[in-house]
Amino acid sequence: MAVARAIDEAQIWEWLESVPDPEIPVISVVDLGVVRDVRVKDDTVEVTITPTYSGCPAMAVIALDIETALAQSGVQAVRLTTRIAPPWTTDWLSDKGRAQLERYGIAPPQAAGGPKRCPQCHSTATERISQFGSTPCKALWRCTDCLEPFDYFKCI
Amino acid sequence: MTPLLEFLLRQGDNTLVLGHRMSEWCGIAPALEEDIALTNTALDLIGQTQLWLAYAAEVEDAGRSANDLAFLRDPYDFRNLLMLEAPNADFGRTLMRQFLFDAFQVPWLTALSGSSDPRIAEIAAKSVKEALYHLDRSSGTVIALGDGTEESQSRMQAALDYLWPYTGEMFADDATDAAMADTGIAPMPSAMQSAWQVKTEEVLAKACLTRPDSSFAQSGGRTGRRHTEHLGHMLATMQTLQRSYPGAVW
Repeated sequence: MAVARAIDEAQIWEWLESVPDPEIPVISVVDLGVVRDVRVKDDTVEVTITPTYSGCPAMAVIALDIETALAQSGVQAVRLTTRIAPPWTTDWLSDKGRAQLERYGIAPPQAAGGPKRCPQCHSTATERISQFGSTPCKALWRCTDCLEPFDYFKCI
Repeated sequence: MTPLLEFLLRQGDNTLVLGHRMSEWCGIAPALEEDIALTNTALDLIGQTQLWLAYAAEVEDAGRSANDLAFLRDPYDFRNLLMLEAPNADFGRTLMRQFLFDAFQVPWLTALSGSSDPRIAEIAAKSVKEALYHLDRSSGTVIALGDGTEESQSRMQAALDYLWPYTGEMFADDATDAAMADTGIAPMPSAMQSAWQVKTEEVLAKACLTRPDSSFAQSGGRTGRRHTEHLGHMLATMQTLQRSYPGAVW
């Protein structure tokens, strides 16, 4: 199916907003800061993505999900490019993304290097269990008030 | 082989070989948290390998991919440091090696992020963020185990004594390094030695460990002149699928 009207970049961004991170589905690849640039050249949509951690296995799935989502919206030609500089940083997480992470039970990254508060009970009494967690981007912490362990999105 | 290709293989083979060694802990580490930490470190290292070897393959321009370089080369084609191919042995030696390497990688990659080769600068700038995190953890673990029980202390000291003669290879400059330094691509590895020593001495002191006196240095890994017997055994496991089913893909 050909796209009837000229594809507009704002529209592409909107579509990408609905592509979830495969491992943290409450946050979109746009709010994660992985999508760096969108350009439309003739009928081709060029999407530039910056990988999070070098070894993050989700990156291949993210690329595939972006292509699939755009194809389902009627975009026929998509060109994905990977850009590693400047390197991805948690500073690129949107405020919306940070709030979504916390609601989901993942403490958002803080420049101080540890979570601001427990995402469950909001107590600031927390301790680190392990510097690594269930995905490359997370560490494992615990609340010493409600005693719940929780994921902390590492600051990088 | 051009000096640039040789240089890139050294970077990629270091992270590949250490990444594979770390992945050998998957499922058998002493605690779940450690298992996850070791395998996440392995993932970072193998991810960095993809960046280095992809560039090496482009520079070589012989129709080989990063995967071909990783899975279809023989031991004598590898350019990794001998220390990294040594078997994991126990948890203590694994962590001590990670620390000794991380303490080199952090200043090294920091310097490489100012490389005159923009591609190398990009890869280094990305990798150093992960290396800093690895160093934070490996130095913390070395201190905790060194300044721990009698058993953990003696095993960390044994690990240090075993690995020490391999550390000198990190700083042994050769003609490839000179070619890189002349073109502003990379500093001489020997220029990293003082930063490494400062970090190492700080951590070993906190860990109540004694730095061995010897300055004898093993060599032959990063030049490919002579690897230890361990690399061939490791590659036999790592490469078996590609060797048995050439061209197999996911």
